[in-house]
Amino acid sequence: MLLELFIKWLPKLIQGATLTLELTALSVIAGLIVAIPLGIARSSSLWYVRSLPYAYIFFFRGTPLLIQLFLVYYGLSQFDVVRESVLWPYLRSPFWCAVITMTLHTAAYIAEILRGAIQAIPPGEIEAARALGMSRFKTLVHIVLPRAARIGLPAYSNEVILMLKASSLASTVTLLELTGMTRTIISRTYQTVDMFLIAGVIYLVMSFVLIQGFKLLERWLRVDACQGR
Amino acid sequence: MALATPALEIRNLHKRYGELEVLKGISLTARDGDVISILGSSGSGKSTLLRCINLLENPHEGQILVAGEELKLKKAKNGELVAADGKQINRMRSELGFVFQNFNLWPHMTILDNIIEAPRRVLGQSKAEAIEVAEALLAKVGIAEKRHAYPSELSGGQQQRAAIARTLAMQPKVILFDEPTSALDPEMVQEVLSVIRALAEEGRTMLLVTHEMGFARQVSSQVVFLHQGLIEEQGSPEQVFDNPVSARCKQFMSSNR
Repeated sequence: MLLELFIKWLPKLIQGATLTLELTALSVIAGLIVAIPLGIARSSSLWYVRSLPYAYIFFFRGTPLLIQLFLVYYGLSQFDVVRESVLWPYLRSPFWCAVITMTLHTAAYIAEILRGAIQAIPPGEIEAARALGMSRFKTLVHIVLPRAARIGLPAYSNEVILMLKASSLASTVTLLELTGMTRTIISRTYQTVDMFLIAGVIYLVMSFVLIQGFKLLERWLRVDACQGR
Repeated sequence: MALATPALEIRNLHKRYGELEVLKGISLTARDGDVISILGSSGSGKSTLLRCINLLENPHEGQILVAGEELKLKKAKNGELVAADGKQINRMRSELGFVFQNFNLWPHMTILDNIIEAPRRVLGQSKAEAIEVAEALLAKVGIAEKRHAYPSELSGGQQQRAAIARTLAMQPKVILFDEPTSALDPEMVQEVLSVIRALAEEGRTMLLVTHEMGFARQVSSQVVFLHQGLIEEQGSPEQVFDNPVSARCKQFMSSNR
């Protein structure tokens, strides 16, 4: 029965899962790019450099992703400037609203991960770079960021998994990602529990694959060997 | 012939942490080929002195000259002297090698990558060029076979030798050693000391903060005894070790025999 249901709706479920992965991948990659300057500024010793990313992080960590999503999806269209801008074709689409919101949301978390990672680098390693004549910027690019990437990678992979699951909220703004697609199928079949069970298993499989992928990446970057010297 | 410019000159260096004055006016001159050992009990300011020379710590007063060039300093708000010219301090740091007590190798890079990083980024050497220099240095410090290993796979002594090679790759005019053997197991101390001895014999200019009294006596051209932020005794190894003038130095030498 369950299997029959699964096979019958597999093409639709794959379609939904693909959208889930797209949302997740776009937001965690864009989020990482946004988070790098935020995290660097956040670990600055100057309070005025630190405070702006702090305010950003405070807002995005302190409010639910669902509220943020509604604010972007329903809120942006209230502004004439937004509706008249060249970006409107993107901003009106629920897909891009979800990607933008998820990006801004996860960037706040990734920035905090990065800040923690930067601050966890033993100061002596940075001193060594400076003592060899490397400028602040060269030290940041060639020593601090590669080192912080390894310290922060396990936490980042955790954040990616969290975003994979959080992407189900995109179903509330009409997107037929895995959760949205499942609900559509339920409204046709009335197989509520079975379909949610199937969706849950598909999420589990996607998480498992991502976790394994990050394990390989951690091995390749020698994350373990760099910890706790 | 005029007197040769000293490789390193420190004038009237002061440093304090809050109310605690750690250095109370240190002046020191190292001519080319000098090996100056800095001794003293813990808390006497030895490491602080060394770290102030390349501004890993910011002194409150004083002048630092490398090969006659004065390091440009300016007063920061908190009263410390900071580098006035970013380009100059980076160049001068590259001319002042620094060897740390805890090696401070970058654990995510192989030994070879640790050594070629700064020559490539700071001196602008090509990768091939930097590797050639690095391999010669690794052979010199006796760990050529470890070039593709990571720091965590090396013993403490090997890590310190790699760190020395990393410093040498910048072709420094002066090398500052901050207790290079203090973090090592006893059986590894000798292998590091023999590398440092070889450098001394090459005629390199070095400042060495150490607790290895016998070694300091053998390799030094000059010994400085620091006490409570001041130079208490200074002179040839024979003089400082065997006939110290100051009572404090006499006591230190006899308790460390």
